Amino acid sequence: MSDASQDPPTRRDFLLLTGTAMTAVGTGAAVWPLIDSLSPSAEVLALATVEVNLANIEAGQSLTVVWRSKPVFVRHRTEQEINQAAQATERDLIDPEADSARAVRPEWLVIVGICTHLGCIPLGQKTGDNRGEFGGWFCPCHGSHYDTSGRIRKGPAPKNLTVPEYRFLDDTRILIG
Amino acid sequence: MSAPHSSHSGSHNATPAKGFYGWMEARLPALSLFNKTLRDFPEPKNLSYLWNFGSLAGIVLVIMILSGIVLATQYTPHVDMAFDSVERIMRDVNYGWLIRYIHANGASFFFLVVFIHMFRGLYYGSYKKPRELLWILGVIIFLLMMATAFMGYVLPWGQMSFWGATVITNLFSAIPLVGEGIVQWLWGGFAVGNPTLNRFFALHYLFPFVIVGVVIFHIWALHVVGSNNPLGIDVREERDQIPFHPYYTFKDLFGLSVFLFFFALFVFYAPNYLGHPDNYIPADPLVTPAHIVPEWYFLPFYAMLRAITFDIGIPFTDIVFVEAKLGGVLVMFGAIGVLFILPWLDRSPVRSGRFRPLFKPCYWLFFVCCVFLGYVGAKPADATLLGLPLQWFGLLGIVYYFAYFLVLLPFVLPKLEKVPELPVSIADAYSEKSSGKQKAAKEQNPTEEGQAE
Repeated sequence: MSDASQDPPTRRDFLLLTGTAMTAVGTGAAVWPLIDSLSPSAEVLALATVEVNLANIEAGQSLTVVWRSKPVFVRHRTEQEINQAAQATERDLIDPEADSARAVRPEWLVIVGICTHLGCIPLGQKTGDNRGEFGGWFCPCHGSHYDTSGRIRKGPAPKNLTVPEYRFLDDTRILIG
Repeated sequence: MSAPHSSHSGSHNATPAKGFYGWMEARLPALSLFNKTLRDFPEPKNLSYLWNFGSLAGIVLVIMILSGIVLATQYTPHVDMAFDSVERIMRDVNYGWLIRYIHANGASFFFLVVFIHMFRGLYYGSYKKPRELLWILGVIIFLLMMATAFMGYVLPWGQMSFWGATVITNLFSAIPLVGEGIVQWLWGGFAVGNPTLNRFFALHYLFPFVIVGVVIFHIWALHVVGSNNPLGIDVREERDQIPFHPYYTFKDLFGLSVFLFFFALFVFYAPNYLGHPDNYIPADPLVTPAHIVPEWYFLPFYAMLRAITFDIGIPFTDIVFVEAKLGGVLVMFGAIGVLFILPWLDRSPVRSGRFRPLFKPCYWLFFVCCVFLGYVGAKPADATLLGLPLQWFGLLGIVYYFAYFLVLLPFVLPKLEKVPELPVSIADAYSEKSSGKQKAAKEQNPTEEGQAE
């Protein structure tokens, strides 16, 4: 065994090594298209932006729009809701993040309405919905409470509701995505 | 094992067989394989009715595949048409309602049968040497069944289908770093949608045949090591055993007829009892039902998933090792993972729980614990019991579930339990038992005997 390893590599060793290596690369190259074919396809990726008109949303009202087949909550927050969100200190938060970092303009909150626990749609968009203990949203699946900034305050969800990339086209229109 | 075996099948081996049988045997010995597995296979003579459930599970698997293939010829795996195509099966297709109800209730009964099969194995130590691999193959079958049942439940594309799929696929988002990517890959999009439904249909059709493959290995392993029995002692001699046919074929047929009676009761008289009304509402990606629950057979696992609502880390610091979400996922998968190493966790030399006085109460508490976790899983997340959050009791249940496998079986029970005197021979124990029965019968009816004389 030790004698053999001290022998200079032969032509056969070289062929075996390179052959094995190329087989591995070839197998990978053949399998990858099969795996990647399951990833989101081009036509799915193409539906990437959506424009929202804010003119008809009164303070205290919310709108749900669909972006990339996910619901996006657009909330016209009241003074009280903005204050509530601003008052929360780092101690109160599970996933600390300032309200100012989550809203481009404080009266408008735009968040992806998907619970960061296991993907249910939290309640709180309709009047009469259970909004949880912090006046924002409440996920009925496993009991996550979100505040008026969409931040997780209580329950199993690990993260705040995601703020999607968006910008104001003018005072009454935003572009999400 | 092989010595008593040969006596039953010896007649086939002595001289080369003639006719069609001989012609086949010389080319493909499939018929003798069937003979060996389903006719001559020697089984312990003392098997109780709890040993019916293995072959029963096999029969239910066949029922599921046959009804499933017929349903697939009528079903459309597209988000716009799936729900309607299922309703068409229910209303317009000849006997469509019957075939679908057989398939839907069949899934529940499949799990019921397999759960009994598993709890039987747990009680009689059927996982212990030399049946470790047999047990592990069984756990693999169980995992495949869970995946198949989950994907099948998505296909009708009702509200529970959609949100069940969303919640379960989101489990993978708990994996650090790559979780989000994996979930989008599973979905084929940014949410559960048409690509998801399509691939679930393809896999739901494929997996049962993978299960058949593993079942073949399961039965193969069984035929190498032989069946365990209620005494848990090894087969020693020929008179411990009887051939599978006609003794157990007919016992299994009798068990099957009892099973079919209860199965038919559900299929014909309570076909939706085990289902959820919400799944007769078409899937709506923008509205989550108020109370998502999985099918009953997933409830204990669902309770585990939900029970971890706190991060696991160093107390009073911000250091977190395991986020709550990942914690729930780990606990749930751990509950099944622990079954894989069970053969090496239980260190008692005694197989059958019948001879283990301390094991018995621990086992039955474990059984109650599993049922209770099912109850916890069925209730809303914020339910209470005796004024306390139900989830606290759920946590207790989880602690006992794992303590049973990781503390009681390996460390506590082997230390406290004395090794009892086990019966030496199955045949002797069996004839003692049956002669005891005869004696008791005689004592009960002494007058009858007197009259006869």
